[in-house]
Amino acid sequence: MSLIIVDTGVANLSSVKFAFDRLGVSAIISDDADVISKATRIILPGVGAAPFAMKAINTKGLTPVLRSLTQPVMGICLGMQLIFESLEEGGTQTQGLGLVPGKISALDTKGQPSPHMGWNTLTKTNDDPLLEGINDNDYAYFVHSFAAPVSDITLASSEYGSKFSAIVRHKNVYGCQFHPERSSIVGAKILENFLKVPA
Amino acid sequence: MLARRIIPCLDVRDGRVVKGVQFRNHEDVGGIVDLALRYANEGADELVFYDITASVDDRTVSPDWVSKVSRSIDIPFCVAGGIKSVAAAGARLASGADKISINSPALARPDLINELCDAYGRQCVVVGIDTFEENGSYRVKSHTGDPDKTRETGRKTLEWVEEAALRGAGEIVLNCMNQDGVRKGYDIKQLSKVREVCSVPLIASGGAGATEHFEDVFKQANVDGALAASVFHKSVIAIPDLKADLKARGIEMRL
Repeated sequence: MSLIIVDTGVANLSSVKFAFDRLGVSAIISDDADVISKATRIILPGVGAAPFAMKAINTKGLTPVLRSLTQPVMGICLGMQLIFESLEEGGTQTQGLGLVPGKISALDTKGQPSPHMGWNTLTKTNDDPLLEGINDNDYAYFVHSFAAPVSDITLASSEYGSKFSAIVRHKNVYGCQFHPERSSIVGAKILENFLKVPA
Repeated sequence: MLARRIIPCLDVRDGRVVKGVQFRNHEDVGGIVDLALRYANEGADELVFYDITASVDDRTVSPDWVSKVSRSIDIPFCVAGGIKSVAAAGARLASGADKISINSPALARPDLINELCDAYGRQCVVVGIDTFEENGSYRVKSHTGDPDKTRETGRKTLEWVEEAALRGAGEIVLNCMNQDGVRKGYDIKQLSKVREVCSVPLIASGGAGATEHFEDVFKQANVDGALAASVFHKSVIAIPDLKADLKARGIEMRL
């Protein structure tokens, strides 16, 4: 098995790699399209602003390979947002990778401090092998200002002012809005499950 | 529901965790990775590492221990100390820090906040503020790591909080210096005033000595997190007990 963490140029790569190290799995960080296309499983991390991230991915020429993947893929945080069709940020529209249907927009916190930062509870909305051993009201660590709405592809939701998708799945592509690599045993379980979901 | 955060603060000096009273007289309390692991296992929601000598000595945080901490723990952590440039912040984030916190360098050159926000996103930019009450007014001090080098900035705390958030800070840590290390409770009055003007998450710091102090700061000042050092380092309060007690008192906690 080869697990690749895509080097988008805008992510906290080492903390994701360390999380897999703690599971006894050695992940490879790469921005090589050939290596990515041949991987068994792929992680797409990301932090920061969407326009910068998409620009970095396009500059590295990774968009075609990321759109062609049929093996299990997981986007984390901004990486989760980039798998959607479009992202609206600061009045501008950024085209996403379009691996899953839907649109990212600002999270309406209803006047609460923004970004949404800290540990929030998950509510399962669909069964999936990724959620094996995960229960309603388990906590995960979030830090974001934008989010995907709850839809058919939502596996688990969370709420901060408004409800939003905490975990999504469409075909082979998963997304976690929170940081599983920083979500203690709950996050570790989700990463472990991702390594086992049927390819 | 979003939980309130309990955040042990580890003041780092020369590669060890230390703690002083009102920023003076530091004593050794343990190794960085050992304490980080202990607190993560006890249920801390996040950790903050302040290299308290960094700004005054004009050096930066060692990426070496940042990487070791990132490798060891599975909760988020923030590093602070002498980060004066986008590149210096980037090095720490690349080593696995989730956030970087700036204090004196942001006061010296406020544009640094904008630059960090543009480069890495608001979510990882924390602005730490050392605030002191004098004659009923709240003022910001800088270079507080060394009492002999501490400076008045001429800035009012409430104004600086608003400016930092506008410039792109994703979180504010307010260190109320009158309360620091004396364990008589957080500065609820000041934190409540700051909460009113602070649009981003607000973390209270300085003064925690008992479970009631945490309860009060969450209920009365509505802060998102409470930071403490000596009560945890000296085992005055055990984190699992604290979180269970606060939960029983109606405060959302991750147990």
